[in-house]
Amino acid sequence: MSAGTPTGKKIVATTSLAGCFGCHMSFLDIDERLLDLIELVEFNKSPLDDIKTFTKDCDIGLIEGGCCNDENVHVLMEFRRRCKTLVALGECAIMGGLPAMRNTISLQECLDEAYRLGPTVADSNPGRIIPCDPDIPRILNRVYPCHEVVQIDYFLPGCPPNADLIWDALTSLLAGKELALEYRTFKYD
Amino acid sequence: MTSPEIIETIIARYQGDETRLMDILIDLQDELGHLSSETVVQIAAALKIPQVNVEQTVSFYHFFAREPRGVYTVYLNNSVVAYFRGAAEVAAAFEEAAQCRFGEVSADGVVGLFQTACIGMSDQEPSALINGHVFPRLTPQRARELVEGMRAGWTILELKGTGFGDGNNAHPLVRALVRNHIRVPGLTVFGEYHPGEAIAKVTQMSSGEVIATIKAASVRGRGGAGFPTGMKWEFARRATGEMKYIFCNADEGEPGTFKDRVILTERPQMVFEGMVIAAYAVGARQGILYVRNEYRYLHDYLESVLEDMRRRNLLGASIGGVPGFHFDVSIQFGAGAYVCGEESALIESAEGKRGEPRDRPPFPVEKGYLQQPTVVNNVETLCSVVQVMLKGTDWYNRMGTEQSKGTKVLSISGDCDRPGIYEVEWGFSVRDMLAMAGARDVQAVQVGGPSGACIAPGEFDRVLAYEDLATGGSLIIIGRHRDLLRDVVLNFTRFFREESCGACVPCRALTGMAQRILERIIDGKGRAEDVEHLKSWLGIMRYNRCGLGQTALHPITSTIKNFPHLYEERLDQSDPRFAPTFDLAAALEDYAAATGAGTE
Repeated sequence: MSAGTPTGKKIVATTSLAGCFGCHMSFLDIDERLLDLIELVEFNKSPLDDIKTFTKDCDIGLIEGGCCNDENVHVLMEFRRRCKTLVALGECAIMGGLPAMRNTISLQECLDEAYRLGPTVADSNPGRIIPCDPDIPRILNRVYPCHEVVQIDYFLPGCPPNADLIWDALTSLLAGKELALEYRTFKYD
Repeated sequence: MTSPEIIETIIARYQGDETRLMDILIDLQDELGHLSSETVVQIAAALKIPQVNVEQTVSFYHFFAREPRGVYTVYLNNSVVAYFRGAAEVAAAFEEAAQCRFGEVSADGVVGLFQTACIGMSDQEPSALINGHVFPRLTPQRARELVEGMRAGWTILELKGTGFGDGNNAHPLVRALVRNHIRVPGLTVFGEYHPGEAIAKVTQMSSGEVIATIKAASVRGRGGAGFPTGMKWEFARRATGEMKYIFCNADEGEPGTFKDRVILTERPQMVFEGMVIAAYAVGARQGILYVRNEYRYLHDYLESVLEDMRRRNLLGASIGGVPGFHFDVSIQFGAGAYVCGEESALIESAEGKRGEPRDRPPFPVEKGYLQQPTVVNNVETLCSVVQVMLKGTDWYNRMGTEQSKGTKVLSISGDCDRPGIYEVEWGFSVRDMLAMAGARDVQAVQVGGPSGACIAPGEFDRVLAYEDLATGGSLIIIGRHRDLLRDVVLNFTRFFREESCGACVPCRALTGMAQRILERIIDGKGRAEDVEHLKSWLGIMRYNRCGLGQTALHPITSTIKNFPHLYEERLDQSDPRFAPTFDLAAALEDYAAATGAGTE
């Protein structure tokens, strides 16, 4: 696999699967360091530059969110194929997070509540139709953390991981240094 | 009587004492069939304790039923050896005849089918408990006949038919189909013995002399840990407390172990006499024999033995004519929980609570039952004590090895011609034991039950002794034709997951995770790093509070060590970047069922 630019910049891709974009927002919280970052890396597929499909192989893939539908799975597998190193960014990517709260409830029950029996359904969905169309993703039986689908190389904890942590992790990874993950960085109470 | 009246009567039977909650619940379940939410509320009100205190005890033990479990409740053993002997076929026959699945009650409410862990009958599997009575050596045909009998309303005795077992299994107060299978009677437990002689001798000595004798004989605990018995007694004697207690631990729940059942059937006087000697040495006034619920069929018989000993002044006031030496024994039954074999959990259970091991220190010898100094000894240890006092330390020390004196009663089961009880001197090699039991073409031997070690033929020259293969006394022989991981290791791993009390996080969480990983290795979807994880968890498990948690991964780690090829040959070799266990089509099945979408 070849990656990197002619100028030696590492190439980074990011995505948000079954997440809330909170981890990406936290990423943006590195603020003016973004300017330093783009000196170090080039972004490929990512919501940051709105590149929708990979145009080249990448060095680092940052994954926010777990997999709740088949599109998430395909995107995650594509990331695995195109990125040398995959980082699960935040609680949902690592453990499934908030979306995984539905894992104790059957999918049928979830769909019934959302589209057929819930108190707001009468007006919004008079036909009591459960959406199903080739254009929309199909929902999985449960929410899967990323490592149950592909190999994940690093896990960055937090909901979201704070900006400093993301910055430290990314720069360590780029410099090939080990990151000292201190207890306070993932202790929230 | 209405159920509130029954509850009142039974609680009065135990003087409204909340520490007798186990007895109260056991009796009530006998009367009412199950313990409903209303019953729980009424018990709490009558005992004047919070409802949750009753709730937590009821929910802890698997023989306590919240819902009706049938007029006849079948608990079929699901242990490794039961499956070796055809438990799966017997289970299928039960389901077909009863027209319900395991975990359910038949539509007419007559037959309830449930599974249970090893019931101490590994030498006569497959076996089941039906309304508390043992039905060993089952066949599919016998299972169908039993269900027919239940439908016809037969009594338990009618269901048993004739053919009671040997020895005291045929005693009028036992009438069990169980067989002793004492293949090799040894000199200690099954040696020459006349009840009362040891008490007569001991009461001529001082308590210090008794402890000195037990120390000189190097008697060590037979439950598995091998703690020096004399030292334990000494600690308890020195401890201060208003009351001191002697417990006999007869909760043997380690799958594959059944020696205590045979000892309690054939040598109960010896066990009780051992408790009297311990009481004399320690200065205890009360003893409790804690017996697993699976052996409740011995209840009336054991009570009659106690009664007889009281009549002969071997129990009760001024025992052996010694003024002031008062000691009596009562029997406490468990209700289905392996962890209660751990001494502090056993004490908690005897106090009417969940059988959760305590933090130590303090140890039971300082603060045990009701926070008083308590000695907990294994059934076999107490038998050894009696013989040492009768025949002397020299006699005892002539048997065994340097660090392991005397004899050991072994429960041998699995793939061999002569499963049963073997009392041998410590120091026998595994190879000798296999020859005695008539085992051929052996793949592995599980020594000391699931918490012990699974050893390969290369180690069969190792000897049974505290200094080499320490064992609480069971050997399960596993033939060449078995799938060791699927038939044995997975069964043991499930057992520990089921029996974890849940107090310590590593035990509660890792037993479940280990089971899932093992299942995927068996399915050919495990990875080399899975095996590494399992190995590394052993260190974390050491932080668990009790022996169950500390050893719960032994079935896995000991086979990884001794049979690495069984893991390696099953590992997945596909592209390591993608998880072999994830199946997109399977993950889409629920959505397809709800919407008619495809799973391609």
